[in-house]
Amino acid sequence: MRSCAKILLKRLSPLVIVFLFLTLSLGVALAKDYGDALVTGSIGDARNLIPMLASDSASAEISGMVFNGLIKYDKDINLVGDLAENWEIKEEGLVIIFHLRKNVSWQDGEQFSAKDVEFTFKKMIDPNTKTPYSGDFERVKSLEVINDYTIKITYKEPFAPGLSSWGMPIIPKHLLEKENLDNTGFSRRPIGTGPYKFKKWKTQEKIELVSNRDYFEHRPYIDRYIYRIIPDQSTLFLELQVQGLDSTGLSPLQFIRQTDTAFFQKYYQKYRLPSFGYTYLGYNLKNPKFSDKRVRQALCYAVDRDEIIRIVLLGLGSVSTGPFALQSWAYNQKVKPFPYEPEKAKALLKEAGWIDKDGDGILEKEGEKFIFTIITNQGNEERIRTAEIIQRRLSAVGIKVKIKVIEWSVFLSEYIDKRNFEAVLLGWSMGREPDNYDIWHSSKTKEGEFNFIGYENAKVDELLIEARRIFDQEKRAEMYHKIHKIIYEEQPYMFLYVPDSLSVLHKRFREVKQEPIGIGYNFIDWWVPRAEQRYKAVIEK
Amino acid sequence: MLTYILRRLLGIIPLLLGITLISFFIIHLAPGKPTTMQEAMNPKVSLEVRERLNKLYGLDKPIHIQYINWLKMLLRFDFGRSISDGRPVTEKILERIPVTLTINILAMFLIFLIAIPLGVFSAVKSGSVFDKITTVFVFIFFAMPTFWLALLAMQFFGIRLGWLPISGIKSLDFEYFSWWKRFLDILWHLALPVAVSAITGLAGISRYMRHNMLEILNQPYITTARAKGLPERTVIYKHGLRNAILPIITILGLSIPGLLGGSVIFESIFALPGIGELFYKAVMMRDYFLIMAEVVLGALLTMIGNLIADIGYAYADPRIRYGK
Repeated sequence: MRSCAKILLKRLSPLVIVFLFLTLSLGVALAKDYGDALVTGSIGDARNLIPMLASDSASAEISGMVFNGLIKYDKDINLVGDLAENWEIKEEGLVIIFHLRKNVSWQDGEQFSAKDVEFTFKKMIDPNTKTPYSGDFERVKSLEVINDYTIKITYKEPFAPGLSSWGMPIIPKHLLEKENLDNTGFSRRPIGTGPYKFKKWKTQEKIELVSNRDYFEHRPYIDRYIYRIIPDQSTLFLELQVQGLDSTGLSPLQFIRQTDTAFFQKYYQKYRLPSFGYTYLGYNLKNPKFSDKRVRQALCYAVDRDEIIRIVLLGLGSVSTGPFALQSWAYNQKVKPFPYEPEKAKALLKEAGWIDKDGDGILEKEGEKFIFTIITNQGNEERIRTAEIIQRRLSAVGIKVKIKVIEWSVFLSEYIDKRNFEAVLLGWSMGREPDNYDIWHSSKTKEGEFNFIGYENAKVDELLIEARRIFDQEKRAEMYHKIHKIIYEEQPYMFLYVPDSLSVLHKRFREVKQEPIGIGYNFIDWWVPRAEQRYKAVIEK
Repeated sequence: MLTYILRRLLGIIPLLLGITLISFFIIHLAPGKPTTMQEAMNPKVSLEVRERLNKLYGLDKPIHIQYINWLKMLLRFDFGRSISDGRPVTEKILERIPVTLTINILAMFLIFLIAIPLGVFSAVKSGSVFDKITTVFVFIFFAMPTFWLALLAMQFFGIRLGWLPISGIKSLDFEYFSWWKRFLDILWHLALPVAVSAITGLAGISRYMRHNMLEILNQPYITTARAKGLPERTVIYKHGLRNAILPIITILGLSIPGLLGGSVIFESIFALPGIGELFYKAVMMRDYFLIMAEVVLGALLTMIGNLIADIGYAYADPRIRYGK
């Protein structure tokens, strides 16, 4: 009996030690270290740090650190409060009431209040403000400041996508009231409410931010955020190899073939996540060749989209089946991609009247051969290669494809805007809000608008309008799922692929988690143990 | 001489007007507007908004009115504001000049320092092994794409050896350095770009120099000098070189506009905030005011460079004197 107990104790002791060790290390982990910097590389410089005036991704990235919106997306891409603690939707979506946080101050010490929101809104809808984003706000009938921390927004009619537009960064009234937004110095040294304060901007070199110790959530652990501008992809990659950068994007080739070295495995962690966007082949539906649904379906059956992903993206992507972001609640996961079945394609084409009568390998109908041209823009190798694979696959079912690669501005003004194309290979990149009325509604076909393929479907039109009027996410999702299904069945686009967004991050950062929205969402919680910190320059308070 | 310079200076004005007129219309011939280039294919930006933006930037007016408006601004030395970020065009150009100018001057200095002796020796020892080797190497470097050589150099000196920084013009903690450390930091960062730029540029000047020298050495007066019994050194360096170097002065004058011309590829690879990148992007974005400012700057510098070359030439060569 005693020996039994002894054995038990002996067996236990390592467990106890492990347990003790765990508690100890947990204790260490609880006390997270402040300090260090994150150095990230971007190919483009920011343009303007007044958020409503800039449409480039670099400006948006910096603005996102310096400013807050009323709401934001959490890790699962759901809207949550940011400067607003919560909100109410009333009168069947006509009215949104935001309750603001009371403990927020601007980085210069001034208190944040509803006045700032009102000011931002007024600037947004001012016809003299050079903002490209006024569209969603012009649907607002009135904005009332009920008290310092309550705002009532009344829409002309219910507009569900409008809610997400309040994620737009709020700018300080007390600093900008007397300024002209076109030439104020604020655009190059902004002051916001966000987790990082603007420190320095050397044009085309770097932008430096320092942590805001009084940030309303908590002080960020990483002291500095340095945004280096390196316009060349190869240089960005070389800088990684001397640890000159902590994070940057990667190309599929770099991700698969060039980052398997011992060095990369030791210092860097790679991240891979579907991007918010897709690449497609759009047909000009006014062209008689493409007016028959069976023909468009046949084209899809004839092209092996997995093959495109395998060759063009080296496998780093997924087949797309519809017009929403792959990880969005609006995406209908039940819609399965058409399989690659050239025989079925041939049968469908035959049914539609396309038959090779003269035996030259090209199908004809009413004396016209099935020959068409795919246009795409210059400078995007992935698209050009995709077009070549489509060309090869379609020739196997008797369709001759020509490819024309055109410079971007000519492409837009002479071909897309003027509907002067047969098929176009392009991509959409999307926001988190799924509303895509502008791309699919039959009214959006004027020159310069986005339904340039001329898609018309009464049911889709109706659903698009209805989905804009309903705030309940489940009900909206149902409608978008229906739209998704109809559009995939009708094949106005051949939906090709969703490329993965690929990035790399230095391993010393702790508490980095990959979630549906990406990895940066909890940046203020990231930290680096003191011993591993690489940038130790003292920051003045 | 003075009236000649004055006449030439006055001649610049109509020339400049002509250049701006033609450039303005050519730039506007290119399809796309700054507003569509920036917001293209963004479904969040509606047609109405883009039209409103065009109006705010005055892009809806007829082109000749736009040109006259621009000229009026130019008369007040106002180059306007960049459409992409709203900053004054002059400010944007001025902040890019130091980097481009420093690199180009240093590189040019190095080129002349190396290429002139190289050319002279090649000519004096024409046909020798030295001549052949330099010819081969100078042309290899000339034929090499700059970006490729730059990447190789970055890989070797920056990663393999770890001696030099790969990109940028300053270290990240530059602001915390003392002044002499800052100076060294910049030199350290400039080493690769200047070296690459100089090496690939050796061919032109050294070939010129070799050719000139060879031609001079065949002149009768050199034979005379030799016949007089002058030492070979004096013949070559005093009588030969002085004449052979004359055309180089012209080249020097003609390189002045080039001093402010940066190369996009070069600046992108080394991540240098130079002027080439600025204008490349301006053209891609159809940032009209910025492009026009560059055109004026380039035209002015070219004309002034030509003038300086002519004056310098007249000064150095007594056979050429104008207006006298």
